[in-house]
Formats: sequence, C-alpha cells, structure tokens
Amino acid sequence: MKHEDKLPVLSQTAQQAPQTGDKTAFDEALSVLRGALEADLRQLPRQDSPAARPAWRAGGDPGKARADRAGAATPAQREGRDRDERNPLGRRITAIHLPRFAMERWQKWAAGRNDAPPDDLPVALAVEGPHGPVIHATNRPAEQAGVHRGARVVDMRALCPELRVDYADLAGDRAALERLMLWARRWCPWTAVDGDDGLVLDTTGSDHLMGGEAAMLRGMEEELSRLGLSAALAVAPTHGAAWALARFGRVREVCAPDRLALRMGPMPVRALRLRGDAVQLLNRLGLKTVGDLAAVPRLSLARRFNRAELPDNPLLRLDQMMGRLAEPVSPPEEPPRFAVQSRLADPVADPSDWVPGLCDELCGGLAAAGMGARQVRLTVYRTDGEVSSVSLRLAQASRDGAHMARLFDGRLDRIDPGFGFDLITLEAGLTEPVDRVQTRIEGGSDDGTEVARLMDRIGARLGPGTLRSPALSHSHIPERAERWPHAPAGRAAATAPAGPDRPLHLFDTPEEIRVLYAVPEGPPAQFVWRRVPRRVARFSGPERIAPEWWADSPGTRLRDYYKVESDHGLRLWIYRDGVLGDQRGHMPQWFVHGVFR
Amino acid sequence: MHSAPPPPKTATQLLRGRATRPGQTDRTDEASVSAPTLAEVFADSPMDGAATGFVLARLRADQAGRKGATDKPILWVQDRVTRRDMGRPYLHGLAQAGHDRPILYACVGKAADLLWVLEQGVGCPGLGAVIGELWGDPPALDFTATKRLAMRAEAHGVPCWLIRRGGQANLSAARERWRVGSLQSLTHPDDSRAPGAPVWQADLFRARWRPPGQWVARPMQDGGLHLDHGMEQNAAPPEERTG
Repeated sequence: MKHEDKLPVLSQTAQQAPQTGDKTAFDEALSVLRGALEADLRQLPRQDSPAARPAWRAGGDPGKARADRAGAATPAQREGRDRDERNPLGRRITAIHLPRFAMERWQKWAAGRNDAPPDDLPVALAVEGPHGPVIHATNRPAEQAGVHRGARVVDMRALCPELRVDYADLAGDRAALERLMLWARRWCPWTAVDGDDGLVLDTTGSDHLMGGEAAMLRGMEEELSRLGLSAALAVAPTHGAAWALARFGRVREVCAPDRLALRMGPMPVRALRLRGDAVQLLNRLGLKTVGDLAAVPRLSLARRFNRAELPDNPLLRLDQMMGRLAEPVSPPEEPPRFAVQSRLADPVADPSDWVPGLCDELCGGLAAAGMGARQVRLTVYRTDGEVSSVSLRLAQASRDGAHMARLFDGRLDRIDPGFGFDLITLEAGLTEPVDRVQTRIEGGSDDGTEVARLMDRIGARLGPGTLRSPALSHSHIPERAERWPHAPAGRAAATAPAGPDRPLHLFDTPEEIRVLYAVPEGPPAQFVWRRVPRRVARFSGPERIAPEWWADSPGTRLRDYYKVESDHGLRLWIYRDGVLGDQRGHMPQWFVHGVFR
Repeated sequence: MHSAPPPPKTATQLLRGRATRPGQTDRTDEASVSAPTLAEVFADSPMDGAATGFVLARLRADQAGRKGATDKPILWVQDRVTRRDMGRPYLHGLAQAGHDRPILYACVGKAADLLWVLEQGVGCPGLGAVIGELWGDPPALDFTATKRLAMRAEAHGVPCWLIRRGGQANLSAARERWRVGSLQSLTHPDDSRAPGAPVWQADLFRARWRPPGQWVARPMQDGGLHLDHGMEQNAAPPEERTG
C-alpha cells in the first residue's frame, strides 16, 4: 500500500463492514487493543485527584518522563521511541472547530453591555465586501431563516426583515483566538491556530493525563462550553483527518490509525481543506468524496494538479490527510523542555500554596538531567479562557527548588487571577548545563552562588534592572569613564588609575553654580551652590579635559576642572565649561560635578 | 550546586560572644579590627562627602586587620533622593580611596525597599560589606528595623554601614553611631595653595562596646584610619600631618 502508484480503491463492502457486523481479524485486534487501553486507563490516577500533585507536562507518567529526560532511557526504549517518531501515523492530533466563534464572542460582548438580543432573534455580523456589506457570521435563528455566510446584507434583509446586523471585529476575533490558543495549552504543550475558526493540538501522549481520548474530548467540550463557545472536536492521526472529522464527522469522533482510510473515504472533498474553486472543479469532474479522489490514479492527479498551490492541490491535501506528507503542528514558539503542572479541583485565586511543590518537582527533573534554569515562568490558566503568567530570570543557572520558590514571593501579586484558575504550570524557559559543585567544609562555595542568589532575590522584587555592577571603561571624560551594566556582568578588574584626584560622589547631571566673585586665573573666589554662598579657601588645578571628537557633537566645549575646598571644609570638584574666546558660545559657565571625601 | 551558607549564629552564641568580647578594643588603636555589625554615620551637612570617606576608610582598616582579605563585592544601596542630591559612587574615586573590590549598586525609591535590600545583603556571606545611603528620617527606619539589621549582620558576619544625610539621630539599635563632618584638609606637601589629605571631625556619640568620644580622623596611605584627639592634631608637628 505504501509504495504503490495508485491509491487503494475503497470498495463499498469495506465501508459497510462495521455495520454488517462481520467479525474480521482486524476487528478482533481492535477490540483487544481497546480492552488493553481501558485496562491501562483504570490503573492510571484520575485527573482531578484532590492532592493536586504536580505532574510533568507533555506525555508519559511523571516517573517515566523524568527517566526519559534524565537520558536514562535504555537503548531498546530509545529505539522504540525513534520508531514511533518515524511512523507517519504515530501522532494524535486534535482539531477543535469553533463554528460560531465570532458570533458567540459578539454575544458575550453584547451581554456585557446589557444589549444582548433574545435567543430567538436573528442576528448577523457583517464585513465590508466589494458591493456593500456581506454576512460574516450568523446565529442559529438567522441561519434557520436562510441567512447564510457570504450573502449580501441587503439581500438577507429582504429575506428576513427583522435581521439585526452588526459589524464583525475581525482583528479582535483573531486576537481572541490566539489567546484561546494559549489557553488551550492546558491540555497539551503544542497548540496552534488553525484558520479563522479552529485550533489544532498535538495531544500525542497527553490524553492519558485526562483519562483517555474520549474523556479528553468530553472535557475539552465541557470547558469550552463553559466559556460560551460551541465546539466540534475530533482526534485523528493527522491534522487533515482531524480537521475533516471535526467538521464533517460524528460528534467527538476518535479515529484510530488503522481506520483512517475507512473513515476518510466517504468524506466530501470539501473536507480536504481545499479552496472553493478547487472543490467546484473536483465536483465538476465527478469526484464527490475523498474515496472517489483516492481511487483516481495518482499519476493522473499529479499531472493534472502539477502547478497548483497547496490550498488548491487535492493530491497534496490528500497526502497530508493520509499521513504521507508530514504536517506537524507548529506553535508560535517551541514548548519548553522542562515543564510541570498542577491541576486543581476547584478554581482558586492565589497560586502561592502550589509554587513550592511545583518548584521542587521542576528542580528534581532539572537535577536528573544535569541542567539548571536561567528563566522560569509560572502560568495560570484562568476559568474565563485567559492566560496570565509571571516570569523571572536568575543570575546563575540554578536548580534549587527552595530558592526558586522564594523568588516568586512578591511576584505572585502581579498575576491577574480573574475569577480564579484551575491549572498552574511552571516551565523552565532557558536552561543550561550545571555541574555539581563541591562545597567547602565550613559552608559556602567559591563560585559566587550566594551572591547570584542575592541578585535573583533583589531582581525578582525590585525589577531586573535594579542591580548594577559598575565597571571602568576607557575614556577620560569623567561620566564616561565607567559603565553601569546590569548586575550579572563579568567582573572587570578595577585598577586604580594614577592621576589627579577624583571625587567619591559624581553627580548624574552637573549642577550649575552662580559665580559671585570671579578672578582671572583659577576658580571663582566666591560662588553660590544650592543657594548657599561659599568662599574658596584652597584649590588645585586646572585639569583640562578636552571633548572626545569621535564621540561628541561638534559644539562641545572643553572643561577645566578644579578641586576646591570651601572655608567650611567642603571639597568639591567644579569645572568651567569652555574658555572665553573658543568660538563655541558665550561666557563659560561653572558647574559642580562631584564631591570629594 | 548545593552551597549551604555558613550556619548563622544563634542568639545564645551572639550573647556569649558579647560577654567574652576580648577587652573591648585597645584604647591606643581604636580604629583596629572590629567585629562586623551595624553602624550608623550621620553626615554633618547633607552635601558632605566626609561620611562616605570615613565609612570607606573604616571598611578598609577592618578588612586589612582581618585575616584573608578577599575581593568579595560590596553591596551599595542608595535611595533616589540621595542619588539626586549626592550623586552616585564614582569608581575612580573609590579606587583612589583604596577600594578596588567589585561593587553591586542598587538605587531604590522607597526606604522600606532599601532596608529590605540591606537586610538581604547582610544575610549573604558572599558579600564583603553592605553600605546603605538614606536620606532623612523615614518611618520605616525604626528601632525594630535597625535591630533586625544589627542582629543579622552579626549573625552572618557581614558589616553593614548606614550613611544618613539630613536625618535626626532617633532611636536606633546601631552598635556604633558616628557623626562625621569635614575639616580643613592638611596642607598639600607640594602646593601650599592646594587642599591636601582629607581630615574629618569624627564624633562617636553612642557605642555599645566603647565609651563615646570625639576624634579628628584622617585616612592613612597604607589603608588605615588614624584617629587622634583634636588637641593632639593641633600639637602634632607639621611633617607628620602630611600623611
């Protein structure tokens, strides 16, 4: 079947085989498989265990997942996994179709304004078309009255005079769907938006956490209906098949890999995710179902649709549906390798009780893999279909659960819990290999771990940019002679530069002083700084610092610095900005730039 | 990756250490090594650099007297008002004052945050010292806060210096409380018109382990801090004063 030029022709008897009740070997194998699956399910713990124990995300039971992550899998296991990955029908893809997403979103919005129409009133959303507004979405009464998508609003008004029309918010719908896609990560880590009205999830290895695929689909539908969304769901080995089953299949259909060809045969060609023109073309050719199309010799199809793009190419779409052409679910960003979750029985508003357990579990997995986290993110999945998260960075890769939990102390206030959440995940976004470090016998270690943790704590509470570690840089302009990088910076050796005195405190912006008594040479004999007149008792200088022509703007003036001591013992660093007659401005002004010890 | 911090001293150990403190300190060398604790330094006038210089000189003297001088970083915390009025610490000046250890600097807005950062720093044995610069008399800086800082500093062995500008010497648990102001500097050895080595008026008005007193302090070239009485300062021959 794999290497044939033609696709198998699905005979009528094969399609009716389940209905006629013939007990073939295939059906027996299936029932045995199902029995084994159910026995397996009975042994697994229920998803809503009261302890809300942290569990690893994405496949496998926690112990096995940790063993896998630790790289401790035996060669046989690894081989088995590789074989699974190579099997084109080895994955389980869930498609969620939200047929009335735009309408239901509009209804929720209208209900929020106390403007929702009664359920039996026809409502439609419209978008601007080339010849006036066109229907974009309808509710059920409007659909029953004959209003259909793509028709002009004026025509539909003639058909159904009481139709209420509002404009659709396409960008808002798209954004809402993307938020819903993030929220759908509660079920599995790989989720992506699928067209305008659907989501696609790669639930391979995730279904058993929710009690099997049938129970998982039931749970998904329930949770989506709680958000006010009507959904059609299906699980199949390929994206194309799941898409088709969600739209044209039975309610919550689960399709096993060996029944794929059987189930796809009677599907209409629209189920191939083709554009309207291509569907019309196939219908004109007399190919009404996927089975019809599959019966056509492959060579002819390939020749006929040689240059067609993917959405117009029935052969490529058929290959995607049957798993001959790979189509992985591609989420916007790659799911993290280390992630744990806690599923709660009831929605709560404060995640702090679960954070230590999650951190311990995550750090256990990191330790088993010899890794440490540089960035961790805590995400809560709210009951109102939103996701809220807080993330923090660590100065040094760490896998100390207590330290990590402590960093979340003040940050959890920034999570917006909405009306509560029932799933918490903790993921290590950025990981690094970490070696074990020998501690000294009297405690402490030489690698600066304690200081790194201090940086973490301060950064977590006051913001990551709070802590700086100044370092010298090569410049003779005083304010440029040091850099202020963020704290986890490499230690630069600070060597004491020989030269004239430098102040202990340097002002961010030099403060102008008013000269009371100027003398031709040297600093002013009397000046006012911060409204106090001061008399210069002694001074040293000048030290002339010229502008850096490669960095400064052309009009920058040179500075003459003096260290002056007032009669009260105050030692200041003052400078004159420019000299008289340097053609770069008027009278030079005086500034205080620093304070000596 | 496991690094247990040294076990903090219990209250009993702290009390016993205090009871058996070896002979206070030598009266002849009062700037000698002192155990890490919390000390407060009030600046005489708010825009005076003497307090910072005094703290740095004391830190350097303590560090030189202690065995195994290290390059542990210094945590330096300022509140925003101090940063605006007094500027930030300047590395070149610090290097000339003899400090080339790395600095971790934080500027925070609220006094409560500043005290929190100080407390975190004092609890971290990887730090060499903690310096906090605080403006005025914030309500958060009460007896309890200073007591916490002092106990924590003694338990973990990290000295903590609180530089206060424009504040009143209210109730505090700091073990030493100084008031420091600038005096006319010494004569420059090469230039009679130029200011020379700095001299400070150091007034220890409350101390736990020594009687209070007033000194004229000046930093030594070798890193120590020389304290002498005002009369001695005036009586000393000029060639010694140019240290």
